[in-house]
Amino acid sequence: MKVIFQLIIKRIGLSIITLFIVSAVVFFIANLLPGDAAQEMLGQSATPEAVAALREAYGLNDPPLTRYAKWLTGLVTGDAGMSLANSRPVSELISSRLSKSLLLAGLTTVIAVPFAMLLGIVAAMYSGRRVDKIMNIATLSMVAVPEFLLATIFVLIFAVELNWLPSLSYIPADAGVYEYFRAFALPVATLCIVLSAQMARMTRAAVLEQLSQPYVEMALLKGSPLSRAVLRHALPNAVGPIVNAVALSLSYLLGGVVIVEVIFNYPGVASLMVDAVTNRDMPLLQACAMLFCTGYLILVLIADLSAILANPKLRTGG
Amino acid sequence: MMAAIKSMPMSGKVGAVLAACWLFLALFGPWLAPHSANEIVAYDVFEPLGGDYILGTDYIGRDVFSRILDGTRFTIFIPLLAAALACSVGTLIALYSAVSHPRTDEIISRFMDALISIPSKIFSLVMIAAFGSSVPILLTITAISYMPGSFRIARSLAVNVANLDFVTVARTRGESRLYLAVKEILPNILHPMLADFGLRFVFVVLLLSSLSFLGLGVQPPEADLGSLVRENLSGLAEGAPAVIVPAIAIATITIAVNLVIDSLRGAATYAARGR
Repeated sequence: MKVIFQLIIKRIGLSIITLFIVSAVVFFIANLLPGDAAQEMLGQSATPEAVAALREAYGLNDPPLTRYAKWLTGLVTGDAGMSLANSRPVSELISSRLSKSLLLAGLTTVIAVPFAMLLGIVAAMYSGRRVDKIMNIATLSMVAVPEFLLATIFVLIFAVELNWLPSLSYIPADAGVYEYFRAFALPVATLCIVLSAQMARMTRAAVLEQLSQPYVEMALLKGSPLSRAVLRHALPNAVGPIVNAVALSLSYLLGGVVIVEVIFNYPGVASLMVDAVTNRDMPLLQACAMLFCTGYLILVLIADLSAILANPKLRTGG
Repeated sequence: MMAAIKSMPMSGKVGAVLAACWLFLALFGPWLAPHSANEIVAYDVFEPLGGDYILGTDYIGRDVFSRILDGTRFTIFIPLLAAALACSVGTLIALYSAVSHPRTDEIISRFMDALISIPSKIFSLVMIAAFGSSVPILLTITAISYMPGSFRIARSLAVNVANLDFVTVARTRGESRLYLAVKEILPNILHPMLADFGLRFVFVVLLLSSLSFLGLGVQPPEADLGSLVRENLSGLAEGAPAVIVPAIAIATITIAVNLVIDSLRGAATYAARGR
């Protein structure tokens, strides 16, 4: 037990160090080209005095390391500075959008995880058979398809041809369950397909790994049917690897959400971030980037911790 | 090479043929195009498939077929170069790491792990905001995004090989670290790194197309396949082929390469089992 505890603490410590390096990388890339932010905000016609005053106000004259330290302490205390594009606090801009992105990601997860696990387990049970081969090609293709192709095809079918659903994701203030469903159907479906394909492939590999173990062969030899061997014998042992696979695939969601929010005009953090890039609004961009990186690191941490906890050698403390 | 293709399952052969076709179009597309890519040929915008213009016209009446033939070179060659850069730089650093002092190895690996924890789309967005999006910068950004992944795979392969007897023998023989890396380890990790190169290529095609789709990738007047989808997005409501066809084109490229890699991998595991 002590061994596990030490491993977990060590793993969490590593994540924090990684997050620290990531923050340095993000900050220094974003600030590599020295302070033309003030110039950019005021435009070409601004007087040098106005630019200088603004640079002073935003602390752009400080040496980079001081600015990095200020920025980092600000982030930790929840103050990410002011947005350059619309002079509002970055934290305010993000917090109004974050819940929307989390809702989109959460809905996708709730639908995609059971679906992908079912696909993955079935493919593993019938590995090498026709079902498995067809699923292999289908998931392999879906992994390789750009999100915007799926999104445009869905819009074409369900919004343009059939006219069942809106092509933009707009939620009116007094929306009921039905409006919510209509607004979310296409974005969630797009994300689900990309995500499930990835997750199903990883789940299949995790279950297959267990199925190749001697104890499963033993169960089959003593005459238990395949479904029982999979569900009673292999699956409990595959829980760790499957949670690992699910958490790792969920990290793909972070990239997918960028495209989906933009194409459906969904007011989440990812579309905010894309706007920040177009406006070269660095404080906002840095904060969004850190948010995504932290989310990614948390998912990878969960994946690793589940692998540690599922390892029987560690569980017994040996 | 021919034998490798012959031993593939059907899906792999289909993928190989498709990939070869796309490579051909990327090389000779601009010469094959019936019109110039930026020439406005029709008064009607968003014409349907199979009229005077085989793939219809775009949002200002340019020939979609010619624009795809012209844009393919960006969608193929930027990713090819970026993937080659990512893989070779990743492999070189991995070789250096594997024959270096464990502490150097630890520092390099830790830094690469941190870089991997920045999702490639997020990394690219920050880089583009800082440096803009000209073709050389896009090439650099996509190469850097996927280099740490290549490093991680190459390093784990290289460390495994470095622990084998023949490397130990060479080391005790007093060979230099350069010799160990290049003559002993590299030949043994080359083959799996080629499969990794294919995967990176697919990743970069998807990343670059996504960036162009967001309007942050290849900039006008040049256009890759992702840009074509973006600029014609207003035609989606009327079901214009100008939106869907370039998107499908991207998918056929990536699916084709994925199918080839998958069947090569399948062949490799069968060969390993046979031994």
